Amino acid sequence: MSKIDSDGQNKNGQPGKKGFSRRSFLGAGVAGGAVATLPSSAAAAQGAAGGRVLGPGPIPVALRINGKVHNLKVEPRVTLLDALRNHLDMTGAKKVCDRATCGACTVILAGRPVYACSVLAVEAQGKDIQTIEGLGTPEKMHPVQKAFVDNDAQQCGFCTPGFVMAVKAFLDKHANPTMDDVKKGLGGNLCRCGTYIGVRQAALDASRELKGGKRA
Amino acid sequence: MRPASLKEGNVPSKYDWPPAEKRSLIGKRHNRLDGPHKATGAAKYALDRNAPGLLHGKLLISPHAHAKVVSIDTSEAEKLAGVKAVRVIAAAGTELMWQGSPVAVVAAETEEVARDGVRKIKVNYEVLPHLVKEEDLNKAGGFTKPSAEQNQGNVEQAFAASDVVVSEGYYGINTITHCCLEPHGLAAEWDGDNCTLHSSTQAVGRVGGDLAKVLAADPGTANIKPANVRVITQYMGGGFGSKFSADRWDIESARLSKQTGKPVKLLLERDAELLMGGARPSDYGKIKVAAKRDGSIVGWQSESWSTGGPTGGGMPPIPYVFTEIPNRRMRHIAVSTHTGPQRAWRAPNHQQAAVLTMGALDDTAHKLGMNPLDFFLKNVGLTPRGDVYRAELLKAAELMDWKAKWHPRSQGGSGHIKRGVGISLHTWGGRAHDSDCRIIINPDGSVQAQLGSQDLGTGTRTVIGIVAAETLGLPLSGVQVQIGDSNYPASGASGGSTTVGGVSSSTRRASIKALDKLLEAVAPSLGTTADKLVAVDGRVQVAGDASKSLTWKAACAKLGTRKIEEIGRQPAKDEGNLNDNGVGGVQMAEVEIDTETGIVAVKKTVAVQDCGLVIAPKTAESQVLGAVIMGICSALYEERIYDQQVGKMLNADMEFYKLSGIGDVGEIVVHMMTGVYDGRGVIGLGEPPAISPPAAIYNAVANALGVRVTTIPMTPDKVLAALGQGGRA
Repeated sequence: MSKIDSDGQNKNGQPGKKGFSRRSFLGAGVAGGAVATLPSSAAAAQGAAGGRVLGPGPIPVALRINGKVHNLKVEPRVTLLDALRNHLDMTGAKKVCDRATCGACTVILAGRPVYACSVLAVEAQGKDIQTIEGLGTPEKMHPVQKAFVDNDAQQCGFCTPGFVMAVKAFLDKHANPTMDDVKKGLGGNLCRCGTYIGVRQAALDASRELKGGKRA
Repeated sequence: MRPASLKEGNVPSKYDWPPAEKRSLIGKRHNRLDGPHKATGAAKYALDRNAPGLLHGKLLISPHAHAKVVSIDTSEAEKLAGVKAVRVIAAAGTELMWQGSPVAVVAAETEEVARDGVRKIKVNYEVLPHLVKEEDLNKAGGFTKPSAEQNQGNVEQAFAASDVVVSEGYYGINTITHCCLEPHGLAAEWDGDNCTLHSSTQAVGRVGGDLAKVLAADPGTANIKPANVRVITQYMGGGFGSKFSADRWDIESARLSKQTGKPVKLLLERDAELLMGGARPSDYGKIKVAAKRDGSIVGWQSESWSTGGPTGGGMPPIPYVFTEIPNRRMRHIAVSTHTGPQRAWRAPNHQQAAVLTMGALDDTAHKLGMNPLDFFLKNVGLTPRGDVYRAELLKAAELMDWKAKWHPRSQGGSGHIKRGVGISLHTWGGRAHDSDCRIIINPDGSVQAQLGSQDLGTGTRTVIGIVAAETLGLPLSGVQVQIGDSNYPASGASGGSTTVGGVSSSTRRASIKALDKLLEAVAPSLGTTADKLVAVDGRVQVAGDASKSLTWKAACAKLGTRKIEEIGRQPAKDEGNLNDNGVGGVQMAEVEIDTETGIVAVKKTVAVQDCGLVIAPKTAESQVLGAVIMGICSALYEERIYDQQVGKMLNADMEFYKLSGIGDVGEIVVHMMTGVYDGRGVIGLGEPPAISPPAAIYNAVANALGVRVTTIPMTPDKVLAALGQGGRA
């Protein structure tokens, strides 16, 4: 499994677009209606022009996940989340609401946090996909993961991988967050056990750790 | 002198908890043992099970609140490529009692095809009359049934007395759902006559028996015994009381797996999870309280009603905490509704009881012109543990700065932002469940603690590790905790705050027994007898003489080829004063309300809790923090919303079934009454702090607005409506 560079981007990294906040990004997805997809502007334009039709049967899909390309055959309607979980056994991202609400499936796509339940696998092709599996291991945790453990920012743990990825993406863009920033910036992830107090502190602790480390 | 770990009247035992000065791990702030696995996504839950050839199961659920299946045709679904099996659950003639009732189930090669299969099933329903809303009893028709009446003392006389003030009001709390992030369900895999279930359950020791009982009636699996079913739950994504038994869909997964010869995984989709994965019953009550001018409560009358779905809803324990009010009459009506059935919710019936009782008592204090803190202090004698509540009320008041923050109602501020504070008290049992623990000490020095328990995220693994390591004189890393598998020695279901007392006691006993065996084996080589030896700091040594010692590893090597295996049991007669039952807690909430928008924000919550000896303070505090946050969700945001016209749940999703977010929960101060009640041993903690938050916030809102928002959740529409009735004075 490839390592993530200290600047938070993949070796093949494409930095995220500037001026596109997580909230407006996700908001666009939700406002888009019942269909759980978020076409990129290019794909949408192609669709409007009556572009090529994929499927309905399984088609080859290549996903660059944590720096490594995975080739699989899935139906075009398969979400990125289901591709990760059901076809690649990458089960860190969890399926909870399946409707872009709870954030348990958060992954980082082209530098931006997205709800993997609401992105089609075919749309994620050609972009860098960072998942929790690429961030750290129990033996060698990323500073964000370590901060979650140290602050007991988890109980049942089902929201945790999504929250960790959301914090990672948030700190990539906001290196010096205040508590208020954390409360606003992490509003897209829900926890049922009630671990928010630990998560807030974990985000702040991790930001300090990352600044004091290689990212300074 | 009585050791610190001994209860009044009990004799000392070698199994007792070590005295405070000798504890090296108990009571210290350890990270949870499985934290790194959860934080890295390495933890595998039932929903994560991927076995070769695995089929995905999906349910067809009833779209109607109340209907009869006239006909069902699965032929189109069966023809679909990729569909491997279809089973009918509700055959023609079956009456379905709530929206979400399972009708049929499909197993297919992919989730997408399984859903296609479900859509191809044709069902004709005869729609029947339904009731899905119960707050207005006048519209409940024939679905009500008086279920309880209790009398004590002379209520008429108490209320008619000339020296009493009577407060009368209406109080209510709507139904919520458990909304576990990991839905209910499992993956079933057969190997010959043996079935393995990867289950999201609070009871690895129960699900297999449930399943075997049902499958024994099926042709083809008639010989199945509970021992043929193994249940594995290494991690589970939330239960809160709703995941104890094998559900119908679990049984269907096992049947589909047997039928197809492939592993089958079926966990509910989110809408089904919210429709039938568990509901905390509602409760509404018209309550009258009589109190003397000095604040002494003398009378209680309540007419309450509730629903827990098709079976109605029982009466919560009211009056709550103040159980010794001398004159009281309680009547209760159970309302049967065509809604998803109730399941135990963190402290069943206690949240509702707290809302009804603390709301009514807070209004009584207001009517008397008393500060509710003084009013509750005045009446602690009416509770079963007055001294505990007195100490906790005073502690909470200090942490909240109650004296500075409290004001009489209608003095919540002059602008459009109103502030207020509120109090609630609660109680719970938390007695230890039955538990067996096996401790294995291997000649290589490794140690395993094995229990057929499960960690719901409460920290059970960590508690077991701390107790075993403390007892064996090892670091926490010196013990491998092995749980979440029904093949390990039986331990109880994790519910009702019974787990921590059970597993800590059985682990303590097993560890002492195993250590005794080790000391016997080592004694000759240290030229002494086992009774002179102790295990401390990773060594076995002569007590008081560190020069005569062996490292743990060297000591275990003396076992030769033979490992030590000892079982410890809870309960056990005359073997230690390790656990107890019965706790109290006090919580206070501070709110800020925007009277222009009706939005309530919880600024601060103080939670003071007694639970005896705290083994693992870090995870214990997380339990309290989580309980408060869940309570904030219940007080302000979440409710199951049905429409009576169509009989459907309107928010069976996570967009409109509202939970609090990270910015919604304010400051939370947790104070554990550690040290004070350590001598009682370990008492459960999961339920008690989850009881009071809605009631404390309920009273804080009344204090801020000067008028009571009668029904929880206190959403902006209700706040504005209450203000419209004159609260802004």
